[in-house]
Amino acid sequence: MMTVAVTAISSPLLLHSQGPNRQLLQWKRNEKRRLPTKVAGSGVITAGFELKPPPYSLDALEPHMSRETLDYHWGKHYRTYIENLNKQIVGTDLDALSLEEVVLLSYNRGNMLPAFNNAAQAWNHEFFWESIQPGGGGKPTGELLRLIERDFGSFEEFLERFKSAAASNFGSGWTWLAYKANRLEVANAVNPLPKEEDKKLVIVKTPNAVNPLVWDYSPLLTIDTWEHAYYLDFENRRAEYINTFMEKLVSWETVNTRLEAAMVRATQREQEGTYTEEEANPDDEEPEVYLDSDIDVSEVD
Amino acid sequence: MAIRCVASRKTLAGLKETSSRLIGFRGIQTFTLPDLPYDYGALEPAISGEIMQIHHQKHHQTYVTNYNNALEQLDQAVSKGGTSAVVKLQSAIKFNGGGHVNHSIFWKNLAPVKEGGGEPPKGSLGSAIDTHFGSLEGLVKKMSAEGAAVQGSGWVWLGLDKELKKLVVDTTANQDPLVTKGGSLVPLVGIDVWEHAYYLQYKNVRPEYLKNVWKVINWKYASEIYEKECN
Repeated sequence: MMTVAVTAISSPLLLHSQGPNRQLLQWKRNEKRRLPTKVAGSGVITAGFELKPPPYSLDALEPHMSRETLDYHWGKHYRTYIENLNKQIVGTDLDALSLEEVVLLSYNRGNMLPAFNNAAQAWNHEFFWESIQPGGGGKPTGELLRLIERDFGSFEEFLERFKSAAASNFGSGWTWLAYKANRLEVANAVNPLPKEEDKKLVIVKTPNAVNPLVWDYSPLLTIDTWEHAYYLDFENRRAEYINTFMEKLVSWETVNTRLEAAMVRATQREQEGTYTEEEANPDDEEPEVYLDSDIDVSEVD
Repeated sequence: MAIRCVASRKTLAGLKETSSRLIGFRGIQTFTLPDLPYDYGALEPAISGEIMQIHHQKHHQTYVTNYNNALEQLDQAVSKGGTSAVVKLQSAIKFNGGGHVNHSIFWKNLAPVKEGGGEPPKGSLGSAIDTHFGSLEGLVKKMSAEGAAVQGSGWVWLGLDKELKKLVVDTTANQDPLVTKGGSLVPLVGIDVWEHAYYLQYKNVRPEYLKNVWKVINWKYASEIYEKECN
């Protein structure tokens, strides 16, 4: 069976992402690879990311986030990112990769390729729908709460800082809670001797489409502060939207699950020491990729 | 000789004749929201009255308020010699001051149809546009395309490069004024492409907003600025 891995594609970008600092993909195992098998009437193969519906119906978040907002936010904005991304990458090296891989490759160390905006926005929005739920809000528990208290002093202190960050993120962007492992406080430097205390929860503000995946952080929670996320429900009152988000929408359960996965990943990477050429696959399940025999895909050597 | 800042600010707070005035013994200027030269609903159907009201009374007012606050904090930081504090305030000043500058221009860039909104520019600006862009349609097409392509929040501008004596089309991010793209650039027409400028009416379809906004662009104002700068 053919396996397709990031290193298989011979593009100059890839050389940068190899070596000890190469980022291990976080969501690959849970995300099915897209199957480039849709055939349009003309016989042309079209690859495509599909729209991922939120894990609740579009009116389930009322009255805190209206159905109308989700009709536009999910049904128009997000849909457009996916559709435009598909058009951009079909037939290119970025085709047949997972969404996260496209984001990381097109970020291109800050010198973004055209596909980055659409790919990252698609990823960000999917992450956002899953960060909230009907009947959300309340307080985190367990290990998540312990780390919040360790790294921010208290839950209230965290809340204050997170809300303030989201409110002061000028222009369009996102505010994140992320788990940061192995990185030093200086730009891209990797911690050579990581300890438990070095792994921290951080609040990050990003502009436009940027997300913390590109710095090898593990995102845990995000709030979309582009105006389209709140304008129909709150007009210019972003602070009110942020309050509602934290009090009524945030899914601490999801954040907790993501934290657990992030911690496991961080431990795994430490144990491995050096990074392998191909992504480690402990269960030895090869990713299932069914390819048309007509398609010419570079094989891993 | 020192006038108590607090007292004088409060007494003058109700007055709105000028858009800036000197207050306090330090001479800090306080800025106020300029009035619109037309009713909120006067630009319909191109831009809804609802948008105009929120845009002016909420968004622009917030920039003015926050700009004033930032200036006050800056004044204190400067007088105390606190360099870190001064530097820390720069982004708030750029953002809110820029927001005030840009929106003040924007309201003048717009006019109701019955007051000349949408009427093509004549005179020297009209000829300059034809020279540089082929035709007004050519300029409109270019600005609309660049405005639609702005990622996130920002503005699309028609500017005059005073030094090179030519018209330019450019975009700025967030609330950066046109001058941040070049010290000799004078803004003639700016179009706000932040989502708040069109969302309630056009939703995600920014190109539709850009198509319609030209119907209320006040070319008379742009011509005045152009002629003034060229002489």
